[in-house]
Amino acid sequence: MTDKTLLPRLDRLSRITAPLPMRERPPALSGLLAPKRFMSMLGLVLFLCALLLPFITASPYVISILTSAFIYVMIAMGLNVVVGYAGLLDLGYIAFVAVGAYTSGILSTQFGFTMLETVPFVILACILAGLIIGGPTLRLRSDYLAIVTLGFGEIIRITATNLEVTGGASGIHGIPTWEFFGWSFADGVELGGIFFSAKVLFYYFVVFIALGVATVGAARLAGGKLGRAWKSVRDDEDASEAMGINGYKAKLSAYVIGAVWGGVAGSLLATHLSAISPPSFEFLYSALVLMAVVLGGMGSTPGVIIGALFVSLAPEFLRDFAEWRYLIFGVLLVVVMIFRPAGLWPANYVLPFLKKRVAPPVPTTNIPWAAASKADIAAAEEELDAAAPGPPAAPLAGQGPVSQQDATEQGSRQ
Amino acid sequence: MIDFFSDQLFQLVWNGLFVGSFYALVALGYSMVYGIIKLLNFAHGDIYMLGSFIAFVVLGGAVGLLGTASLPILLLVLLITMILTGGIGVLIERVAYKPLRSSPRLAVLITAVGVSFTIEYGVRLIFGAEPKVFPFRMGGETFSVLGGRISLPQVVLMLIAGGLMWILQAYIMRSREGRAMRAIALDPRASLLMGVNVDRVISRTFFIGSALAGAAGVMAGAYYGSIDFLMGFTIGLKAFTAAVIGGIGNLYGAMLGGLVLGLLESFGTFVLGGEWRDVFTFACLILFLSIRPTGILGARVVERM
Repeated sequence: MTDKTLLPRLDRLSRITAPLPMRERPPALSGLLAPKRFMSMLGLVLFLCALLLPFITASPYVISILTSAFIYVMIAMGLNVVVGYAGLLDLGYIAFVAVGAYTSGILSTQFGFTMLETVPFVILACILAGLIIGGPTLRLRSDYLAIVTLGFGEIIRITATNLEVTGGASGIHGIPTWEFFGWSFADGVELGGIFFSAKVLFYYFVVFIALGVATVGAARLAGGKLGRAWKSVRDDEDASEAMGINGYKAKLSAYVIGAVWGGVAGSLLATHLSAISPPSFEFLYSALVLMAVVLGGMGSTPGVIIGALFVSLAPEFLRDFAEWRYLIFGVLLVVVMIFRPAGLWPANYVLPFLKKRVAPPVPTTNIPWAAASKADIAAAEEELDAAAPGPPAAPLAGQGPVSQQDATEQGSRQ
Repeated sequence: MIDFFSDQLFQLVWNGLFVGSFYALVALGYSMVYGIIKLLNFAHGDIYMLGSFIAFVVLGGAVGLLGTASLPILLLVLLITMILTGGIGVLIERVAYKPLRSSPRLAVLITAVGVSFTIEYGVRLIFGAEPKVFPFRMGGETFSVLGGRISLPQVVLMLIAGGLMWILQAYIMRSREGRAMRAIALDPRASLLMGVNVDRVISRTFFIGSALAGAAGVMAGAYYGSIDFLMGFTIGLKAFTAAVIGGIGNLYGAMLGGLVLGLLESFGTFVLGGEWRDVFTFACLILFLSIRPTGILGARVVERM
């Protein structure tokens, strides 16, 4: 009985299609010059370049500063999740790096864990630290968070100085290198007649983790549902709550994920330096990571990479300016905020030679006072049809494609 | 226990009140600026540091000229330093904060961090990273009150701090300019419509706040005897904590918060030991923020999260 009565109706229902868009949409961008495609190809090429670098020069100095630069990129990507995507100013971010470094340092030197085995504990410790600080304070305004995180950074540093298990003021020494199920970097490896030393192997490991997994992971996270929630909370928390996003949960998740990024980077840092001590985790370093994110462009993956590389490599190139360095950084922070608040490579910036998606103007037929401009649009459309049969691409004066174009650019950003 | 009450208690209270009066002096500037333009002025602690360095130079010159220094000279130097740090505060506001008045708060906060960085490392560039010995050290006999030891300089400094706070209180509550400040704190746009020169009042707020921080810096230099370029960082944090405890944006709250924080620290240090003092303070901050974010005297406003 049900079959007889319901089926025709279901059949009819299934034939209902979604209403067509009122206007024809421009086709999706494709080809090598589509911004998204181009940026990921560029990223891949640069990643491969970083992997091939030891074949060009394997001097310990170059490998060492590049390793720390890439760890720095990872730290900055973690802070970018917190500051750039979720808009939470974290001034004690280096504390999470310290938590990670100390957790893996203590476990490996005093309890005989291998570095790989410490990773779950590092992640757990950072999640815990993030929850302890973020939990109570993220319900408040962001200014409070800024100063609370500053205090938290100091708490971690002072605690590390005063506890016995962290080695006090002299810190922890002799943190081992990574090993995987009995095979350690320290042994080195010989492949095809080329000997890779422990340093070079660790460099590869860092490039892979920091540039590959961390950077791509953070960028992908930002493009997903969670990332969109972060960005909407950053832009307008009330509006996003009205749209059904739990602002507190979104902020807390950004804070905790950022903490995990920092902690894993800290664990890498501990191995790289093989010794850690409280002065490595002063406010100065939090400010420098923030500087990297702000200078490059908050929320922009290429920008943050550029910023992090600049901040970490500048001291090497500016040896003569060692005294001036931090002063210059401070002034730069102010100047960038005043003249270029979105950073060097803003989040929605698209390289000029890449394809642009141009949306046709939206007609405003139903609004009486827009009747006059209706004629203009009709004229412009005629012109368009005459000029190009393909997707309309000619610029139209002042009819509001601007906002839509912005939207498409945002959609296609890296 | 009897011992504790007879010997320690008064000493702890006195130490707490003494340190707390410094905190209160710095917290006032923090709280005033926050109350008026809702900006966390991270550079405020560094102005305190700048105050002690300016006094270091001026006092060094005075000692060089006169051969000796005395309390009246210190007071004169205090006045000069207050004017100079006040001017620097106004300058900072003009250069770094004014262009950003309509930008998102994150941008202004980052700018404030940049300013703080610039001042710290600018001073380091000029004076070097090593601590400097202040040219004037407040000595004087100590006398005991109720089993606690008090020194004359402590009394003098507390009197100065109390006097400054009283003057500020009278200025804000009784004068026309003070009324303008309170009006802007309530609603900047409405006060603009009522003919208040908002820019000028903000500048004046920065001047007063920075002058008070500078005064605290001079007094700290004279009392502790050694200054360095990072001394403002911790004080800035603690002053903020004091402001939060009292209720940020509230004048009396800042004073009360400073004293409460001083007392908390004094007792916390006694129980936990000196090396945990700052940890204790910041833990208090986090606790206070999670339990009562508006502070002791803060109004229960419906705050945008």
